[in-house]
Amino acid sequence: MAIDVPENVVVSKLDELASWCRKNSLWPMPFATACCGIELMATGASRHDLARFGAEVMRFSPRQCDLMIVAGRVVMKMLPVLQRIWSQMHEPKWCISMGACASTGGVFDTYSVVQGIDRFLPVDMYVPGCPPRPEQLIQAIIDLQDKIQREGTISGREFATRSRQERKRALVELPVITLPRGASHLPHGMRVE
Amino acid sequence: MIDAATKAALSEAFPPIAWTEFRGDTRAVVPRDVLFEVFKRLRDAHGFDLMVDITCVDYLNYRGAEDRFGLVYLLASTHTNERITLRVFVNEPDLSVPSAVALWEGANWLEREVWDMFGIPFEGHPDLRRILMPEEFTAFPLRKDYPLQGRGERHNFPVLHREDA
Repeated sequence: MAIDVPENVVVSKLDELASWCRKNSLWPMPFATACCGIELMATGASRHDLARFGAEVMRFSPRQCDLMIVAGRVVMKMLPVLQRIWSQMHEPKWCISMGACASTGGVFDTYSVVQGIDRFLPVDMYVPGCPPRPEQLIQAIIDLQDKIQREGTISGREFATRSRQERKRALVELPVITLPRGASHLPHGMRVE
Repeated sequence: MIDAATKAALSEAFPPIAWTEFRGDTRAVVPRDVLFEVFKRLRDAHGFDLMVDITCVDYLNYRGAEDRFGLVYLLASTHTNERITLRVFVNEPDLSVPSAVALWEGANWLEREVWDMFGIPFEGHPDLRRILMPEEFTAFPLRKDYPLQGRGERHNFPVLHREDA
């Protein structure tokens, strides 16, 4: 049965519409602790102009943000603050680990620096560099937009999928448990797709 | 470089002080039991009114070293621009050193930092707490027998996942 659709009507999936809205209005939470923060400021400023990608509204309240950009090294004393800010952000939310220090600890291989924030937080994009150029951060945001468009759902189901839960090398002490399909008693926090 | 008369007066009052000179800097190794007296005399009689810095060196496994910790006090006189370096050597198990806070208020945080990093207790300090590391930290990280990457203190934070955020 053919439906007569007028020319000014677009048919799409609700998921894609929601993802399209979300990806083009990312509100970054600038968690800038070191020199990467300077590059983050440069990215937001007029020369590189993050507004071209709809992500220029830096908010210093986590309750208004949906993209946390961790720019710079995070020390162990700072980590509870970082985790609290992440917890205060509303879903759906994403995290960019900007620079070598946030991603791996960088040259600060010491007792006081977190060796990669992905040990304690979920991270969507890693930006290498020390510090990264603004172009690299912009590329990370573009890639994140692609990721949001590709796998985003209006209910946020994509955050519960197996691939998003896989632990990084630092988290081998918390492995993803492989369970037979249909198992009824899952450990806390584990889901089987 | 300090005034020759100051040096002579101090040498006479405290004979155990060992003096050295290096490129115009006067350095003195002071025994711990007369340290506070030397401080008091330097401040009251010779005009050293500024405690510039307090720091510490751990000489564990250091070539030719006889003592474990060497505390370094940098003093200055804002009137005559004289500077003097005082050094005190302490060994385990008794690492305590008299606090200089009663003489220079500015020594407060400097001594807290040395306590935090090296575990040197300053006797008579009004508020000897950690200043850089978190309160529940138990080690003294700048000691040479502390591993560079730590012993895993504070790595027990909860890991936040997507599904429970």
